[in-house]
Amino acid sequence: MADARSFFNEMLDESGRPRQPYARISEWLEEKPSNFLTKKSRDAETIFRRLGITFAVYGAEEATERLIPFDPIPRIISASEWRRLSAGIDQRVRALNAFMHDIYHRQEILRAGRVPADLVLQNDAFLPEMAGFTPARKVYAHIIGTDLVRVSEDEFYVLEDNTRTPSGVSYMMENRETMMRLFPELFQTHHVSPVEQYPENLRQTLESVAPDPSKSTQTIVVLTPGIYNSAYFEHAFLADSMGVELVEGRDLFVDAGKVFMRTTREPKQVDVIYRRIDDAFLDPLTFNPGSMLGVPGLFDAYRAGNVTICNAPGTGIADDKAIYAYVPDIIEFYTGQKPILNNVPTWNCSRPDDLAYVLDNLEDIVVKEVHGSGGYGMLIGPTASKRQIAEFRKILESNPGNYIAQPTLALSACPTHVATGIAPRHVDLRPFVLIGDQVRITPGGLTRVALKKGSLVVNSSQGGGTKDTWVLED
Amino acid sequence: MLGRTASSLFWMSRYHERAQNLTRLLEVAYRGAIMSHAGQDAGTHWTFALANAGCDDRYAQRYDEVNIRNISAFMIFSKDNPLSVRTCLELARNNARAVRTSITAELWEAINTTWIEFTDVSQQSVTPERLPDFLAWVNQRAHLFRGALLNTILRDDGYFFSQMGNFIERADNTARILNTQYWTLLPDSDIADDGAMDRYQWSAILRALSGRRSYRFAYPNARLKAFNIAEFLILRQEMPRSLAHCYAWLADTAEDLAQFYGSREPSLDLAAEIFRTLSEKQMREIYQEGLHEFLTDIVGKNNQLAHQLSQDYNFA
Repeated sequence: MADARSFFNEMLDESGRPRQPYARISEWLEEKPSNFLTKKSRDAETIFRRLGITFAVYGAEEATERLIPFDPIPRIISASEWRRLSAGIDQRVRALNAFMHDIYHRQEILRAGRVPADLVLQNDAFLPEMAGFTPARKVYAHIIGTDLVRVSEDEFYVLEDNTRTPSGVSYMMENRETMMRLFPELFQTHHVSPVEQYPENLRQTLESVAPDPSKSTQTIVVLTPGIYNSAYFEHAFLADSMGVELVEGRDLFVDAGKVFMRTTREPKQVDVIYRRIDDAFLDPLTFNPGSMLGVPGLFDAYRAGNVTICNAPGTGIADDKAIYAYVPDIIEFYTGQKPILNNVPTWNCSRPDDLAYVLDNLEDIVVKEVHGSGGYGMLIGPTASKRQIAEFRKILESNPGNYIAQPTLALSACPTHVATGIAPRHVDLRPFVLIGDQVRITPGGLTRVALKKGSLVVNSSQGGGTKDTWVLED
Repeated sequence: MLGRTASSLFWMSRYHERAQNLTRLLEVAYRGAIMSHAGQDAGTHWTFALANAGCDDRYAQRYDEVNIRNISAFMIFSKDNPLSVRTCLELARNNARAVRTSITAELWEAINTTWIEFTDVSQQSVTPERLPDFLAWVNQRAHLFRGALLNTILRDDGYFFSQMGNFIERADNTARILNTQYWTLLPDSDIADDGAMDRYQWSAILRALSGRRSYRFAYPNARLKAFNIAEFLILRQEMPRSLAHCYAWLADTAEDLAQFYGSREPSLDLAAEIFRTLSEKQMREIYQEGLHEFLTDIVGKNNQLAHQLSQDYNFA
């Protein structure tokens, strides 16, 4: 693994010449006057603001709706690079679904000792309520966002699998729309794979896992916690672009084991729920009794096979950070093949040897909370102060099982528009995968970019931005 | 359609209409206040607006003095006043946001941009001199919203519910303005010696309901008379803010809903009944029964219609 300070530049090679996929863009950028991108960025911001493409920041009262900064220089992936990435993602998501079917049934992988049984069975994300139940087509995670980072010409690593309710697909689509409005000329000179088929593919995927897929029309709904949720824009966007209802828990009820929505006329039976609320809030009768977001009786209706919930309850086990280290074993166990995409080497702090190593090397590595997300509860050793490291050491020692650690990766960097002009900034990539009657991977995804110089944190809640992601056709 | 969606469309329109009505009232009061002659109290104009908006008690609890700065803080920018322009615009937008999937991009952009631009304006920057421009801007934005709605949304149940919200709010506004000033509209006022105060109030009522010019066209001799003004704002269907006009829409829209769903609900009969009253009555009869009683009854029935509608169509 390369040193964090010598990163892979996606546009320029070692001698400063543009790499092939970026050849035209590089030329185009050089032709433009210096204030050109500044103006275009402002145009983009106006578009986003008027459309209300926002995310909510919890706890920030005045600015409850914020824009994610949008960078107008696209991130470009060649056709051959994409083929390899998508083959790797395909392999990974099939294996994860097979894994979930197994651990909620015969648990062969645990009996074979390839994954420690405690790690699964004692895990909060493992739902005993799902044991013995088989969802339609044996699919558990229907919608997955795989987080990838690149460290060299040929090396991509999977950071995380996001098998619960991955966000960001609306940004992928709106970023593309915005780019087409701002720079129509670029689309004439590049063959960019379209992403606009995503909503249709999502609908096909959801229809294909309905309890009775032979019905001519399926009633599909998107279940949201409501307008104050951070991803509400995305929920509305998805329902709208699929042409289905966006519902809250209070719009649904269960009667005689079936799920209905309250309409202005007769109640209407629901076949498939694309839920954007967490397991614990789905059904107060089965899970968190204090939740007002869910639908009483939903889980029983689900287990009776009268409605499909996407993603299935209990899929969190597949993207648990402690399970992550075993995904290469999981792939080999269920597919008999070597993983195409690498995992980042991971130390599991619950193991004494690993913990000792982590404590000795805190300055050089990244430590993450097993259940954390959004860039909270983590330590980035190389950029942390001595005091932060000392404080984190105490927390880690008091509850080591709550943490994993990974080496700091030399994340690749893409040309990005910043105050001083164009400069490389670190990026990651989240492509979106749909699994139903087939696996559908949209060519593209969400590229997140760390806007601060040298920063490796790309999360929107930590001030990261996004870019349009282009997969070129041959 | 979800019952909650129907409710949100109803309230989106209703709050937007309310925001516009409030700005009209404030414009009228502003105009009255700066036109006051020596010896007259400019505060009476603001009091008129506060009373008509139904905010006079709440205002009196918070402020000792009636002045433009306080009124503007309370009636336009206050987050705590449930009847401020700001609150109405925010609630209209929240309802629109909750049903983004049921409205068009044009409609959403109209309502969202209004909210963004409104919240970008600081209260201090709206000085008394700039107040009328600002109010006129809000008013124009409301027209834009309504135009986007009429020009882009599908003529299905969603449209019908948004129309119901719009016209129930408008009927309420008209009936309340008339009722808080009803004594100036009694026929006796015509005989009394053209008091300047009555003339001002008649004119203010017409202005607040955007009907001052239309009135001149509707009545050949164009003279302001209590009887005519009352008739104009209650019974004349061609006047877009009259009660008869609002109920012509409400009755038609209720009929549309019944057709759309293939079943008649109690709210339809109620809307038809109120419409019949307004289209068959003569102004003379209303005066005989008592103008105040008549208007009070309409306000009550109008509320009842809103309630019945939410029952009939499962507003969550």
